Amino acid sequence: MKKEEVPQDLSSLGKITKEVCYATDAAGKYTTELSQGWDVKISALDAAWQDIGERVEAAKARVLRGEASPLLYFMELKLMDIKVLSGYSRFWQWQIKRHLRPAVFKKLSDRTLRRYADVFDISVADLNSLNVHAD
Amino acid sequence: MQIEFKHIQAAHCENGVTVSLLKNIGIGEITEPLAFGIGSGLFFTYIPLLKVNNGPAFAYRTMPGLIFKRTCRALGITVLRKRFRTKARAQEFLEQCLANGHAVGCQVGVYYLPYFPKEYRFHFNAHNLIVYGKEQDRYLISDPVMENTESMSAYELERVRFARGVLAPKGQIYYPIASRPITDDTIRRAIKSGITRNIRDMLHIPGPFAGVSGIRYTGRRIKKWRDSLGTKKAGLYLAQLVRMQEEIGTGGGGFRYIYAAFLQEAYGFYLDDILPAVSASFTKSGDLWRTAAVEAAGIYKGRLGSQEDFNRIGDYLFEIAEVEKQAFTALAKIKWQL
Repeated sequence: MKKEEVPQDLSSLGKITKEVCYATDAAGKYTTELSQGWDVKISALDAAWQDIGERVEAAKARVLRGEASPLLYFMELKLMDIKVLSGYSRFWQWQIKRHLRPAVFKKLSDRTLRRYADVFDISVADLNSLNVHAD
Repeated sequence: MQIEFKHIQAAHCENGVTVSLLKNIGIGEITEPLAFGIGSGLFFTYIPLLKVNNGPAFAYRTMPGLIFKRTCRALGITVLRKRFRTKARAQEFLEQCLANGHAVGCQVGVYYLPYFPKEYRFHFNAHNLIVYGKEQDRYLISDPVMENTESMSAYELERVRFARGVLAPKGQIYYPIASRPITDDTIRRAIKSGITRNIRDMLHIPGPFAGVSGIRYTGRRIKKWRDSLGTKKAGLYLAQLVRMQEEIGTGGGGFRYIYAAFLQEAYGFYLDDILPAVSASFTKSGDLWRTAAVEAAGIYKGRLGSQEDFNRIGDYLFEIAEVEKQAFTALAKIKWQL
């Protein structure tokens, strides 16, 4: 890539910091150039976030239909999989899988719910009601 | 408490941390491309069974941590590296290091990194930054991908140092300990070992998933994605391929250019005409990766989507595999006289 070809499509990162790119100068020697972003990358990230949005909505629908516990909704919302949630909550993965069942979730103690709510940065009431405060 | 420290911005976080920490102990000869090449940073792997953020797992560079480790070892520099069971112990040790005048590298997760834009915060735990001081209650941070320095509260820093999930950093902290000065001869030897190891990683790892054969394997898979996954999911997989390739700190096309820059700089230490010639091959490979990314964008934006489009991307990867194979084969022909 030549220095003049380094893309300058403003991305959400570009507003905060520019990225270093290695590119060649007129003599073919490598040098660095700052880039504000690249359209191809921006749309890849957009595609990923759109997918996340759809997953969150699908999770919400499943919770409301009683097919999964509210844990599923907040996991998708916080981009967590069972492994990550297990790491932060210190529950075993098999426990989380059980807690994803609505019948089991209903019987969880306040202390257990508290642990999940802390991981998701929400209150226990919000955890039960799928309430999301914009941050 | 502040250590005299100069922030250096880099294309990739681990290269940047390596360069900055070495410069900080008086070894200014190591540039980002040199660190990347000596650490044998160039790589490719696709692990079909592993899922990252609900997509396939690709990597365009070696395992996190290896670039720093290998570069220091090749230069004969001792490294102190520590992980912690408890947050309190981790914080205490950090304070001690700063008090002793050591700027330290930290492995962190980006999900809770306060100065990153929200769109970039995923549960990705192999980011690296440097803590170089403390002012009032805030730690001074030099993050190599940022243009300027940042700061974080003790709580924020603790949170990213103890991020959880895959590759959990467990508070990992590391810094090089100053040793004897580095001569050009040391660097020459380091360059040789870096290149030799990279040839092994890209050409000679058995199985279809790693190195040049990994690129070819990915190309074959991409051609099948449209039928096996459907256009929508296949598009998301391609978006993931591009994000792993080009996103901050992971640039795959970018890594090819850094390696090309490394070979140019290596020529300055070891005059062998193979080096600049192969450097041009890696520029070509980087360009091809980017062209493939543009094609892939056509698919996940919904502009393209026929089987021919998938085939074309697959063919680009075949071409890249061939270019990189030729390049490393040529590097293997260098007769090192040290």
